[in-house]
Amino acid sequence: MSEKFDEIPMAGNIIEPGNAIEYKTGGWRAERPIHIAEKCLWVKNGTCGLCWIYCPDNAIRLIEKDGKYIHEFDYDYCKGCKICYTECPTDAIVMESE
Amino acid sequence: MTAVKKIPKDDVVIEGLTGDAAIAHALKQCDVDVLAAYPITPQTIIVEDFQKFAADGEVKTKVIPVESEHSAMSACVGASAAGARVATATASAGLALMWEILYCAASMRMPIVLTIANRALSAPINIHNDHSDSYGARDSGFIQIYTQSCQEAYDTTIMAFKIAEDHDVLLPIMVCIDGFILSHNVERVEMLPDDAVADFLGIREPVQPLDPNNPITMGPLALTDYYFEFKEQQDRAIKNVPDIFKRVEAEFEKMTGRSYGMFETHKTEDADIIILTHSTAGGTAKVVADTLREQGEKVGVVRLRMFRPFPSEEIAEVVKNAKAVAVFEKCLSFGGAGNPLAMELRTALYHLAERPMVTDFVIGLGGRDVPPTTFVEGYEKTKEYLKKGEAPSYETLGVRK
Amino acid sequence: MALDFAKGITEIRWHGRGGQGVVTSNQMLGKSALTEGNYIQAFPEFGPERTGAPVRAFLRISKNPIQIYAQVYHPDVVVCIDPTLLEVVNPVEGLKEDGVLVLNTTKTPEEIREKYGFKGGKVVTVDASKIAMDILGRPFYNMPTLAAVIKATEIVELKTAIETVLERYPGKVGDLNKAAMERAAEEAKIG
Repeated sequence: MSEKFDEIPMAGNIIEPGNAIEYKTGGWRAERPIHIAEKCLWVKNGTCGLCWIYCPDNAIRLIEKDGKYIHEFDYDYCKGCKICYTECPTDAIVMESE
Repeated sequence: MTAVKKIPKDDVVIEGLTGDAAIAHALKQCDVDVLAAYPITPQTIIVEDFQKFAADGEVKTKVIPVESEHSAMSACVGASAAGARVATATASAGLALMWEILYCAASMRMPIVLTIANRALSAPINIHNDHSDSYGARDSGFIQIYTQSCQEAYDTTIMAFKIAEDHDVLLPIMVCIDGFILSHNVERVEMLPDDAVADFLGIREPVQPLDPNNPITMGPLALTDYYFEFKEQQDRAIKNVPDIFKRVEAEFEKMTGRSYGMFETHKTEDADIIILTHSTAGGTAKVVADTLREQGEKVGVVRLRMFRPFPSEEIAEVVKNAKAVAVFEKCLSFGGAGNPLAMELRTALYHLAERPMVTDFVIGLGGRDVPPTTFVEGYEKTKEYLKKGEAPSYETLGVRK
Repeated sequence: MALDFAKGITEIRWHGRGGQGVVTSNQMLGKSALTEGNYIQAFPEFGPERTGAPVRAFLRISKNPIQIYAQVYHPDVVVCIDPTLLEVVNPVEGLKEDGVLVLNTTKTPEEIREKYGFKGGKVVTVDASKIAMDILGRPFYNMPTLAAVIKATEIVELKTAIETVLERYPGKVGDLNKAAMERAAEEAKIG
């Protein structure tokens, strides 16, 4: 945020698309979601995925690898909004203070 | 671009055109890609004539009939963002409804040409001329040029694209004519050949257009962190206008023999009192000066053309040795320290150790006719105030009181 | 002091009613003058445009570019294309003493001079209403009255004006107007 007026693009145009990835928002988080694999339907049988659907920051990764289902949070971008925690039908996500 | 050449006399078409028709013909020759407009008196003929050109296949322009002026300017911003050459037209309440998007057009650096047939604002509703509409938009970031004749309106509309689209400017521009007084007045207009206008303007070269293959984001959020820097950019861009304007006019003059300047001076060199006004009133003021000169009065006229950016230094230079400058303007700034034109002039003169007296006469609101005698009245009053050594900050002339 | 702000300019004022074509005939005369190498201003006085309401139109003709932009207050020529208007407006208001008054009327120039006390210049009368009804079959008095203006002032050639009208109204309407103009130029009485 130190650029001068002539060091930034004209009129605020964002000339590189998709550059939001450079802006890590994980630091905004007051509470962190914790995943409980034993309760998770994705881990159990590769179904549900509601947390992935609802996450507004694409901060949940559902991975299928060697016949196994893995659930991961991307804490670089997770803002701790609790939407996944609210939506999870099996209470497989809990929130913890940072 | 090919070098600009003098147009042979035989290639010039002379026609009797109203101010509106002259602008419509200019727009036709400027190869406008998109024109989005909503009709409003007294601008209507501009868009009507242009629609006819489009319907007859004389232009390739995409004409977008929108449901309001707010949408007209929005469509213009979108098209200009995609790299198109864009024009629209409006007046009065239509300009007022565009207000929000005027600022977007300027801040997003869209070189849109907006032609205006100046008309009073309601209430009471009135379709006739004054300058309240575009004066109100003076801080929007648009360049503003006011023209006196149909020929000048035609010429200025053509030059407007070249000024606005210059990469050192990239700002929208208003080309103003007086509603009815010029918009519906048939005058002699010399029209250039189509290819001469095409060569003069070339194709718009957008700097950062919207392009699906190279996507960018325009008009995003900028808060306390960056907004101010973008205003700094915009402020510097409008300061580039005089240089680019002069260059464009010089090229136009090579082609046509005509140029107008940021303002026109008429018999100002030895004048004791200089009249400052613009648009059609500027023409009448020159006639008044000529007539009063025959009576031995030392009077001259500065007919302003460019109100934004205001040519402060140049005007101060021209008027600084006069005893008084009599401003005649068609707008009231209710409760202001002065009315728009006089306020600009007084600010322009403030730094001088010895300043001419500035008198300010508000004239012609709502299309009230401004005959030469109104100027004579203001001139005589200014002479009186000079004798007394003081003048009121402004007064209205031509109103029953 | 009486100052002349219209030196070298011929100024004309037209009176008519909304819908009678006074704006058009004013433009036709203006464009004819333009064709003959003059600078012009042809402009109407606009109000809320209502059919039948009195309207005025103005014309300035000059060999040089015209700088003045205001209504015409002291015309060289006044034209009234509707006889019924003569009870509503005063056609000689502001008319120069050596000016020309052109009226669509059944009266003679002498009668008109007496009615308005207008002694100088010229008075031209033509029964444009009858000519229009005879030839056009409709109350379009503007073009025949225009022909009378040209006969009285010789400001342009009638031929130029007819060509301008034919260009604006190609085909039958133009031809009928041409006939009406030619007859009006013949019948107009100057006194």
